[in-house]
Amino acid sequence: MSGEVQTIRSPGDRGVWAWITTVDHKRIGLLYAVSAAAFFFIGGLEALLVRTQLFGPNLEVLSAEAYNQLFTMHGLTMVFLVVMPVAAAFTNYFLPILIGARDVAFPRLNAFSYWLFLFSGLLIYSSFVLGGAPDGAWVGYAPLSTQLTEVVRMDFWTIGLSTLGVSSIAASANFIATVFTMRAPGMTMLRMPVFAWMSLVVAFLLIFSLPSVAIGLFQLFLDRNFGALFYAADAGGDPLLWQHLFWIFGHPEVYVLILPAMGIVSEVLPTFSRKPLFGYPFVVFSGAAIGFIGFGVWSHHMFTSGMGPIAEAGFGVATMIIAVPTGVKIFNWIGTIWGGKIKFNTPMLFSLAFVAMFVIGGLSGVTHAVVPSDTQQHDTYYVVAHFHYVLFGGAVFGYVSGVYYWFPKWTGRKLNEVLGKVHFWLALIGFNLTFGPMHILGLNGMPRRTYRYPEGLGWANWNAVATIGAYTILVAFLIFAWNIVRTHFLAKGERVGNDPWDGRTLEWTIPSPPPVHNFDETPIVHSLDDFWHQKYAENEEGRAVRIPAVTGGAGDDVDWPGAEPGTPEGIHMPSPSYYPALSSLGIAITGAGLIYLPWGFAAIGVGVVVMIWGLFGWSLEPVTKEH
Amino acid sequence: MSDAAVTDLDHTEHADHHDVKPVRKTAMWVFLGSECVFFGAMISTFLLYRNTTNGGPGSEIFDIPFTSASSFVLLMSSLTMVLAHNAFEKNDMRQTRIWLTGTALLGATFLAGQIFEFTEFIDQGLTMSTSPFGSSFYMLTGFHGMHVALGVILLAAMAVLSLSGRLYEDRGLNVELVGLYWHFVDIVWIVIFTVVYLLQV
Repeated sequence: MSGEVQTIRSPGDRGVWAWITTVDHKRIGLLYAVSAAAFFFIGGLEALLVRTQLFGPNLEVLSAEAYNQLFTMHGLTMVFLVVMPVAAAFTNYFLPILIGARDVAFPRLNAFSYWLFLFSGLLIYSSFVLGGAPDGAWVGYAPLSTQLTEVVRMDFWTIGLSTLGVSSIAASANFIATVFTMRAPGMTMLRMPVFAWMSLVVAFLLIFSLPSVAIGLFQLFLDRNFGALFYAADAGGDPLLWQHLFWIFGHPEVYVLILPAMGIVSEVLPTFSRKPLFGYPFVVFSGAAIGFIGFGVWSHHMFTSGMGPIAEAGFGVATMIIAVPTGVKIFNWIGTIWGGKIKFNTPMLFSLAFVAMFVIGGLSGVTHAVVPSDTQQHDTYYVVAHFHYVLFGGAVFGYVSGVYYWFPKWTGRKLNEVLGKVHFWLALIGFNLTFGPMHILGLNGMPRRTYRYPEGLGWANWNAVATIGAYTILVAFLIFAWNIVRTHFLAKGERVGNDPWDGRTLEWTIPSPPPVHNFDETPIVHSLDDFWHQKYAENEEGRAVRIPAVTGGAGDDVDWPGAEPGTPEGIHMPSPSYYPALSSLGIAITGAGLIYLPWGFAAIGVGVVVMIWGLFGWSLEPVTKEH
Repeated sequence: MSDAAVTDLDHTEHADHHDVKPVRKTAMWVFLGSECVFFGAMISTFLLYRNTTNGGPGSEIFDIPFTSASSFVLLMSSLTMVLAHNAFEKNDMRQTRIWLTGTALLGATFLAGQIFEFTEFIDQGLTMSTSPFGSSFYMLTGFHGMHVALGVILLAAMAVLSLSGRLYEDRGLNVELVGLYWHFVDIVWIVIFTVVYLLQV
């Protein structure tokens, strides 16, 4: 590609300071990815300890106290510190590139979101060395969560989740503004890749759902620390209010976790089937429909709370309705691979497994919509099986597929296929060994969050199988980690050019890894899958035929004809700034102070000063400094 | 590349000129949408606990004439905010500063009224720990008060910045965005005043 276009940036692009002050969406994406990977292994370790405790009847591997902390932190970690930031990593890195932009709308706000996420995660995890981690389950039902007051554990949860919420709201506003205002010329909404669409839907879901749980968390915090009576039943408070506030957030949240993975799968399946996505507008609008209906189903988490038959019937029906757009997507994915020239490499395998596992999880989900059936399943291992099929077999497999798919774009090297396939099969087998038996355990009455179970209930064998499966998953993901280390850090992976998969979307038009400014020339977009149509035409039978005028193909640098000449004077990118990290540090210090009231007021003072310093410095510094 | 296309792409923080597309305003509207749910959740909580007084004082302790007066003060601050924005659009920094300061003072007056009101209620035995009614009342109005306080700080900061001529359109802290925020905080108060104080059925 033309080499004379230079990015104008301040010096000092290397070293730790450069990463702390970075405002580059790609670097922030990688920071999210690395942090989430670290939390993934911690959260996985917690799950393994839980599974080890449940290996056989009456085991005492852990104390009951430690067990409660570990399953709480496992849920908290996987939802808020793994899957959400992984989605944020992909969105950060690829949303701007996929829509032909040079960065997100607010690069510094983006950095702020990342640092606040990281500090919140560290704040929550500091509880392990400060007297014990949260132990009231990740849903923190009142009044249990308001009564566990002898130590500050649940305050780490109320405060940590609140600051994570601030981070997510900032990121979501940023992504929405990016999609609405930063698209390249010709990139209409219905030419955006599905992943960009799903990121947009997720941003809206977060914007409108997070405040609900934030208010609930403040109320719990006030109950715990300032003698408020929101959830004190003896004073007339209603603990059910918490369940409503939590699940008005909590149910859209599950779509927040799954929709980006669905977006990734909608990119991977067409690429390796060498066919366009079947029914693109249906995939897009069913994603949006899931987003809308997702706000009307929250009470299906509360069918045993005695809401009355009318509410239960309504929420049951709404829950069944949401299966329709989900089913539409699944049929579209099947339509996409139908008759395609399918290439069964690792990203494709994980995407196919995503579809299969998500169907199982989706169907067990529909059984929860049936109120009498749900009443039996409520709080049993059947529910644990269900949400792991959608969140592990679904979301995690989708994101892993995305890692294999986009790793060449991140690093310029392909992950090893043999290790990838070993990883895939071990993960698939281990996953089904772990969570398949939980359906049976749940239907046999094993309650979730149970510390020990006696002999003679018929649960021992399936629990042993599940634990063996969990260790199989560990092996699979250690192989994954080794694959990444080997490919990137030991530089043993196969080097690739711009377009290793013969891709369809804009990220494959630029070098791997992309330059700071992404595009030397601003792309002009003419259709959906524009890059593909630049490379291929259709013959009479509807088969793709390579257009001879374009040189190169898979693995080669294609000089993309859709680009316009760049501006000769160079491209101004926003300057690095330490204010975002400083402001988020101030918020985290304030949060830590709130946990340790009353003497935490000193920390609050410091935190507020740091935060105001950061925010004012941020709002007053020019975006691009003179050089 | 044509000049039009260049400006089209280099909007927002990537360039130091005026926003071609309303990037910041888009984000601000999204944030205000989020704020609606914040206040919606608290107003719902209040409605749930409106009559749950736990033997303590209920809505009869509200002093409607007093709160009406302070609500009027807050509404007038929306007018002065419009005048400030109008003066800023005309590049009249002196008028801008006057109206910004006026808006901040009206906001501060409202806050003073709220603090006075709170001390009155506490004297009459309504605290956060009296009843779910008290908890939800103080949380809702207190949270709104914190929004007003933040607005006052932003307005004052802009008035100070305008002294040294450092009030720009293309920074995060600008008159239009703070104006949007300020109007939102006022509108929310209309809802809160109606639901909490006036609807006493």
